[in-house]
Parts: sequence; structure tokens; C-alpha cells
Amino acid sequence: MDTTSSNPVRPAPSRSAPSHTGPVVLLVGTRKGVFLFHSDASRGRWTLDGPHFLGHLSYHVVLDPRDRRTLLVASKTGHLGPTLFRSTDLGKNWQEAKSPPAFPKVDDSESGRVVDHTFWLAPGHAEERDVWYAGTSPPALFRSEDGGDSWAPVSGFNDHPKWGTWTENGADGTPDGSILHSINIDPRDPQHLYVGCSGGGVFESRDGGADWQPLNRGCLADFSPDKYPEFGQDPHCLRAHPLAPDVLWQQNHCGIYRMERPTGEWARVGDNMPHDVGDIGFPIELHPRDPDTAWVFPMDGQEVWPRTSPDGRPAVFRTRDAGASWQRCDAGLPREHAWLTVLRQSMAVDTADPVGVYFGTTTGSLWASRDEGDSFERIAEGLPHVFSVEVAELSP
Amino acid sequence: VNVAIPSPLRSYTGCAEVEASGATIAELLDDLERLYPGIRFRMIDEQDRIRTHMRIFVNRERANGLNQTLRPEDDVQILQALSGG
Repeated sequence: MDTTSSNPVRPAPSRSAPSHTGPVVLLVGTRKGVFLFHSDASRGRWTLDGPHFLGHLSYHVVLDPRDRRTLLVASKTGHLGPTLFRSTDLGKNWQEAKSPPAFPKVDDSESGRVVDHTFWLAPGHAEERDVWYAGTSPPALFRSEDGGDSWAPVSGFNDHPKWGTWTENGADGTPDGSILHSINIDPRDPQHLYVGCSGGGVFESRDGGADWQPLNRGCLADFSPDKYPEFGQDPHCLRAHPLAPDVLWQQNHCGIYRMERPTGEWARVGDNMPHDVGDIGFPIELHPRDPDTAWVFPMDGQEVWPRTSPDGRPAVFRTRDAGASWQRCDAGLPREHAWLTVLRQSMAVDTADPVGVYFGTTTGSLWASRDEGDSFERIAEGLPHVFSVEVAELSP
Repeated sequence: VNVAIPSPLRSYTGCAEVEASGATIAELLDDLERLYPGIRFRMIDEQDRIRTHMRIFVNRERANGLNQTLRPEDDVQILQALSGG
């Protein structure tokens, strides 16, 4: 398949892009704290560092790839207000952010918006050192220019005239709170941003967040009277390919989709999944060097939506041809009676060759594949409910 | 003013009771924030509302808002309810 012909701006995908050769750390955010799993260079032996912030709801733990030392944690407890913690030495020492994401105070405090929690953290563009973005519940976007210590609202989204329409005023009824997630920054242009909103859809800005447009054409919203509305879809996870940023993938509430810009039209490549498995799930991960390769973790989306592995037989599914076909990857995973749920932030890949694929479950197990999904090993069990898994690649 | 600190906030203060000053609860919270940066936002949201599970008592009576006045001899208790698993 010629994937370079549809857009002249898009660089040709190259499997010769640098692959990581050093150790990795899995950054695991859970309902009860943060756990860091350090590997050796083979990614075959893992050493636990943690828990950090035991008892804190820890939604996302992310390393700054620009310095490979700064960690941010989006956190709250069940009862205290939300905050962020920062470490500039890979988790040896932590400091609380000076001013975590918060809406502006308004005169009528009863109508003023309040950040319930920060859900998603994204380092900024490689050329914008110390810039970070954060997505929150209710759905809002925040930006830091000092490495995550202080945060300001991105008013272009949060105060957009259509914000209330796009987000149902921030309260669309999502069980854990409506969220802004999947912040993607175009590596060619720091002004070009994509975000996903649960119950709102995918949105794009080409001016650094000053204005936004929905980007949902072709994407189903089967829970809506209008099945293909301009907005209101439910993206679960959105990924732009790092080397081919005009290739977008999303695992949506209503299937797996792929788009090649500039078409602006989503194609449901999940229709090519086995019909007895379906194409419902939360996470989607992309091969760091091949925009045609992706991994998903299907879940049961029938009837009342158990959101567990179909038939209790968990599997990762992988495509190597842009979604035209999918392969079941379950070697090493439980064969039956395993009702696993993997949330949208709980799957990650590294950039080694072959690529490592990792996921954590809400039942507290952590799995790793060193061979692009051909086989998996369980590297931890008994963890709290896993919210997120990210890979930190350390210097060799 | 003597202020009793609940255990979830002692990572800020390092102890169960602290001294802070203020003619109102709002001023007292500002002083606590000055002394222990970050503590206020864990208790009070950005619209100056006391968070759902936080309670503030003055001399064992529930405070009626951040504008309630304080005297130097008052005892303030900050409490946090726990629920869920």
C-alpha cells in the first residue's frame, strides 16, 4: 500500500528512524498511587520503585522526553483537591506544582467551573522546551510554560463560544467525569494541536489553541439521533503518528478509525476486525516508525457494555497494513476466564526494535511484549486498578 | 489561631496542629497557604468553595463560610470525611 501519495506534506515513513537501545521505565498510574518499573536494557528484568503517593488517585505519569529526567504526575485523593507533582530526578524527589490547572475565578462562584482532576498530560513540542499541556475533567485544556510548575487555561478552547455545546457544559454524564484527553502536537508545527473530548469528539487547532474546529466527519455516534453529527462523538483515544503526523488513528466508542489528512474524513478500519471480537475498546497505540502498524485491546461492547475482554479471552490485536487486516496477539495471555479491562491511557509502546508493547489492567496486572505483540509476559500483578501506563526511555 | 490539621493534609504541615493568623477564615486560609504552599487548593476550589468532603469548625461549631470572623483565641478544626474504598 502506498501511504505517501495522499498528502504531499507528509514525510515518507521510514523504518530507519532511530530506535531506542537503552533501559526503559514503565510509569504506572493507579487508583492508589504511582509505581515505576525499571527495566534492564533487554527489557526482560524489571525492578519496582514505589509506590509513590500511596493512596492518591494518579491518573497519568509522564516523562519529559526533551530532558529524560522530569516526571509529572496528575493526582488527587478521593477527597482533596487535584494537584500535580513534579520530579526533576526521575522520581527520587518530588515537589508539588506551584499552581495546578484551575479555572479562573468568576464573580458568581456558583456558576464558576472547577477542575475535578487533571486527566491527561502531554509534553509540548520539541522546540518549546518547558511547555506542557494538560487535559482535565470537566473537559478543558491548560498550558504550562515552566515545566509544569504553573498552569494557565487555554482560553481559546475553554471559553470557546461552542464549549458548552461541544462538552454538554462539561457534564455529559460520563461515569468518571467527562474529560479532555489525547492531546497531540504536530511535530512539524507547535501551533497545530488535536484533542479528544469524551462525548464531544475530536477537535483541531492550527493557531496554538486560539480557535478550534471539530474533526469528526465519517465517525459514527450510534448513541445520537444524528448518527454522523459534526461533533458529539466519543473518541476514547486519539493518536497522530510521530513520523507521519497527517496519519491519525482513533479508538472510538463506535469503532476503530483512521484518517489521512488532508481528507478530514475518518474511515472505520475496525470493520476489518473479526466480527466475533468487534472493534470496541479504549486504547490505541502506534508503531513509532511505521504509520501502518497499530495495536488495540478489544473489549466487549455488546448489550450493556461489559467492557471486558470478549468471552473472557484477552488479546491485543495488531494491524500492519493500516487496518486492512488484524492479527490476534494473545501468546502468553490467559487463555480463558480473564475479564480484563484496559483503559485508554493504560497501553503504551516504546521505540526499541522490535517495539515493546505494554498494558495494565483495572485488575492490577501489568503485561509486556518485547516482540511487537507476538508474545506477552506478566511483569506485575496485585497492583491497584491501573489508570495509565507510559514508557520512559532513558539514555543508553 | 490554633488550627487542627487532618491527616491527609499533614504532608504539608508536618504536624497535627499549627498556629496561623487571620481575622476571618479566608484570611486564615491565606496564611496557611503562605506557611504551607499548596494546602489551600486541596481544601478550597478555584471558586472559593469549600470542597465537598472538607469541613471547617470554629470552637466545635461548623463554620458558615469563609467570611466568618475569628478571634485569636478561637480553635479551628479542619476535618475531612472519608468515603468509598
